[in-house]
Amino acid sequence: MSERLSRRKLITTGIAAAAGASGLGVAARLADRYGLIPPDDGGVYGAGETMTYAAQRLLMARHSLAREYTRSDISKIAPVKGEAPENETYQRLSAGGFADWRLKIDGLVARPSFFSLAELKRLPSQNHIYHQACEEGWSFIAEWTGVSLSYVLNLVGVLPQAKYVVFFGFDTNFDAVDKQTIKGKWNSIDMAEAWHPQSLLAYGMNGRELPPGHGAPLRLRVPRQLGGKSTKYLSWITLTDTVKDIGQGFGAGGVERGFSWYAGI
Amino acid sequence: MVAFRYGPAVFGAMIAATLMAQSTYLPGLAIQSSESLDSPRHTAAVRITHWITAISFVGLLISGIAILIAHPRLYWGETGALGGPSLIDLPIPFMIGHSGWGRYLHFLSAWVCVLTGLFYVYSGVLTQHFRKDLLPAKADLAWSRVARIVWNELRWKRPTEDESLTYNVVQRLAYLGVIFVLFPLIILTGFGMSPAIASVVPVVRSGFGGQQSARTIHFFVAVALVLFLCVHLAMVYLAGFTNRVRAMITGYSAARKERS
Repeated sequence: MSERLSRRKLITTGIAAAAGASGLGVAARLADRYGLIPPDDGGVYGAGETMTYAAQRLLMARHSLAREYTRSDISKIAPVKGEAPENETYQRLSAGGFADWRLKIDGLVARPSFFSLAELKRLPSQNHIYHQACEEGWSFIAEWTGVSLSYVLNLVGVLPQAKYVVFFGFDTNFDAVDKQTIKGKWNSIDMAEAWHPQSLLAYGMNGRELPPGHGAPLRLRVPRQLGGKSTKYLSWITLTDTVKDIGQGFGAGGVERGFSWYAGI
Repeated sequence: MVAFRYGPAVFGAMIAATLMAQSTYLPGLAIQSSESLDSPRHTAAVRITHWITAISFVGLLISGIAILIAHPRLYWGETGALGGPSLIDLPIPFMIGHSGWGRYLHFLSAWVCVLTGLFYVYSGVLTQHFRKDLLPAKADLAWSRVARIVWNELRWKRPTEDESLTYNVVQRLAYLGVIFVLFPLIILTGFGMSPAIASVVPVVRSGFGGQQSARTIHFFVAVALVLFLCVHLAMVYLAGFTNRVRAMITGYSAARKERS
């Protein structure tokens, strides 16, 4: 039997393994270049997370659309995870019907801007009825009204270096001087998700104003990822080429609490 | 780049595994025994994929439970939430806070399990493992034979060493069911829960009747796999734990001194 594991076989194995290793090196460089490596690629789970993110991004190379339902499919119960921010700024803006609220968009954009709720509502609006699942397992279908994220991004003019759109809500300390001290439910998405035609900045739900629990006055909706990715209570959106300098550098506050950055599952 | 740190090692292991599958029995891995009656039992490909699958299955099971206990309530259709009707309320308390690492571990284990499974199926077709070792003979499919085997196992009757050298018809059907029905089904229902994959291939969700139906089926297939594992372990114990585990590690069954 031992003759069958001959020297020739061992040499073949060596050459094949070397070819495989260099092939993986090339793959790693290509993956990085085409944005197939998530910010939380380190640690024990990084390998699995990178494979999932890269595989799904390649699978969705062309914009795949989440299913759109009809009004009769809308769930009677739309549970809320978490509560509206308790900080003084949010309470004051909420009491004033968010008339004084402004959405700041800056970073790698040609025209950093502020938008009031009224200004956003004057932009072309869209309605989407899609399914939203929570990390925990429950789910519901709702209708969301808002302005397409890509429309707003085109208004401010995204610079070609931008790789991520980062979202900060009132439940984060977004006004921290040092971005590394930002904590809370901030999140980020890649440009593929940002330019997706169903990605929405929503100010209405099921034909009404966005309720406080669901993220009033404005929230993100990305239907191809778990609900937690759709940041609520938006205050500030920034475009960047790296998320390494925000919080602990994993691209989302949730990663610091143990949840993976990419949530297409 | 960290993700690719282990890449070359994994790739090398796969190449080595292919070669081992070709050379079938590696003398170096076998326990050197003075007894010449040791009989070849499992190929290297079967042994290596068996143990990697076993480890990844433990990872999937632990993380699956961690994810499930965040919301131990099962639904049917597209949606389901607290306050609405459920299909089954599992008698487990709601424990939020484990689904984060649970999901990380679940997908890491899933990748290992699926890639190992693909390699196993590929090598099983190549070496005719399925045709030779698992496909039951037509004559063996008679109900009387199946019933006799099950009856013997229920009576806890130890199989003879000759019987241990090949799979009986019940084993063949159970293994084929796990490999070609339960595993594909649990992978597909997993895809059905993914909003990203369902946006590319909607039928993985609609085919099961919706996201929550896919989740419920995923749960029951997992239960079926755990039941299979329990019976599998019981049968390994019945057939002689040390010798069977030794066969799955070294590839050889030790010759039994006493004749049963």
